Amino acid sequence: MGFVSRAFKGRPRDESRDARLPPGQYLVHDFPVLSAGPTPRTSLAEWTFSIEGEVDEAKHWNWEELRNLPSETLTRDIHCVTKWSKLDTAWEGVSVDTLLEGVETAADYVMAFCDGGYTTNLPLEDLTGGKAWIAYAYDGQPLESQHGGPARLLVPHLYFWKSAKWVRGLRLMNEDSPGFWETYGYHMYGDPWLEQRYSGD
Amino acid sequence: MRSLDLAVPGWPGHRAGQHVDVRLTADDGYQTQRSYSIASAPSTDERLTLTVERLDDGEVSPYLAGELRAGDKLELRGPIGGYFVWEPAAGGPLLFVAGGSGICPLMAMLRLRQAAMSTVPARLLYSSRSLEDVIYRDELDRLGSTGSGVEVMLTLTREQPGTWNGLRRRIDSEMLHAVAWPPAEQPLIFVCGPTPLVETAANALVNLGHEPARIKTERFGPTGG
Amino acid sequence: MEMHEQQLRLDGNAAAGMFEDLFVHDVTSARGACAACGAVGEMGAQHLYMTPLSPGAVLRCTSCGGILMVIVHAGGRFRLALQGLVWLEMQDAAVAGSG
Ligand SMILES: Cc1cc2nc3c(=O)[nH]c(=O)nc-3n(C[C@H](O)[C@H](O)[C@H](O)COP(=O)(O)OP(=O)(O)OC[C@H]3O[C@@H](n4cnc5c(N)ncnc54)[C@H](O)[C@@H]3O)c2cc1C
Ligand SMILES: [Zn+2]
Repeated sequence: MGFVSRAFKGRPRDESRDARLPPGQYLVHDFPVLSAGPTPRTSLAEWTFSIEGEVDEAKHWNWEELRNLPSETLTRDIHCVTKWSKLDTAWEGVSVDTLLEGVETAADYVMAFCDGGYTTNLPLEDLTGGKAWIAYAYDGQPLESQHGGPARLLVPHLYFWKSAKWVRGLRLMNEDSPGFWETYGYHMYGDPWLEQRYSGD
Repeated sequence: MRSLDLAVPGWPGHRAGQHVDVRLTADDGYQTQRSYSIASAPSTDERLTLTVERLDDGEVSPYLAGELRAGDKLELRGPIGGYFVWEPAAGGPLLFVAGGSGICPLMAMLRLRQAAMSTVPARLLYSSRSLEDVIYRDELDRLGSTGSGVEVMLTLTREQPGTWNGLRRRIDSEMLHAVAWPPAEQPLIFVCGPTPLVETAANALVNLGHEPARIKTERFGPTGG
Repeated sequence: MEMHEQQLRLDGNAAAGMFEDLFVHDVTSARGACAACGAVGEMGAQHLYMTPLSPGAVLRCTSCGGILMVIVHAGGRFRLALQGLVWLEMQDAAVAGSG
């Protein structure tokens, strides 16, 4: 099946085996936009962020309240399951630890839910301990809607589909349950260093 | 811009408006695939023509429009797509709206219309950046001037020759209102090109009263125009 | 480059090649009914979200935006999800004759 197309190289794939590049990934220098639907447009006046599900008491923030929480700036590498990686991306946002302060729960899993209906599932412990943020700025600018603004989940140690765009909340769950791409065959966990791309990997 | 004439042994023939998927493989095994419309009229000679607009920062089009040489082999799948097609039996009148390389599948329909000696009236509104960017310019000139029942209207969005007295802006509702057959004549409408142009034109046509089911669109993606 | 989500949108027709891997019949001219809003239309006329870098192809209803189909071709297999369609009707190629 297929033969080599003479002199075809494809988009320059920087595969310099940088120790920071997980197996099977190549470097990009732009920021590709991937989208499974139209970009939702929620006005900041209506925007809220919620922590709900298996918690003693649900918590909600409006945009202003979220922006008034202590924020962090961070620089991380991101890795997309479609094989591109981008190094040293600079973000600002609120640590999920900050949001979970005072939340009592016995849940082990989380479903992130978003405007537009997108969801993705993660173990709660992957969102705590300084590993995940609700990011609202990229490269010093408000996060553009095409990249998930006003705010997206940022979990850089997992494949980037786990960093849900247009995130509106976290639903805590006692049992793991597949989100959007996970339902369609992508991995429940998605560790780029173990190449956990598809279920069964 | 470059037209590729391909000899495809065993080619089963195609319907006007269909496309092929071209798959390229690099020597390290990397593969990628893009769709290209068949611009030639249906025929039985096991040949077909694709016309590729070169996007400088693209991955595939610079290869097809530049690197590829006569004699090279291409991996094709097709003909595919049974939705964006026209056959003389479908009738008209026909309204074609194109931007950039979006002319390609519409060209196959216009060529088929000629070859089949169809008398269905047809109008084409075609948006290009400049006169040099008008694909099939000579053929369109001929088609539009020979009393063949085809009217061709060009709009040049970025650059116009000094003598240009035609349209000089992006396709909009006013332009479509002036050019389109009235909704009462129930034209069959084909819109093709970069996604932003297709969305603008299709929405404007619906607002002008054309029935959505008679408007077929083929979005080429984010680029061009 | 400024990109908007509408610019990433294609027509269902652009998935014809992938449909061929899965169905004997041409799916772009097949009609289907949206499970969310009941609209009936040809698959080629629906909105397709698919770029060379997408994890999968998502076909959405032009009337309500609801998901009709998701196709993931990855990891050496196809996974096809049709929960957004009440039904899908294809022309019997033997009767339709063309193609
Ligand atoms: C059914 C169909 C028929 C078509 N027929 C024709 C035809 O007849 N002739 C023709 O010339 N073209 C046609 N096209 C378009 C063609 O398939 C290619 O899209 C086009 O040639 C560009 O490919 P490329 O690899 O050169 O560019 P790509 O590498 O795909 O890039 C295209 C542009 O988009 C930007 N871009 C791409 N993906 C992203 C992303 N994820 N995020 C941000 N920016 C991005 C790139 O920077 C670039 O500017 C057709 C498309 C379809 C769907
Ligand atoms: Zn619907």
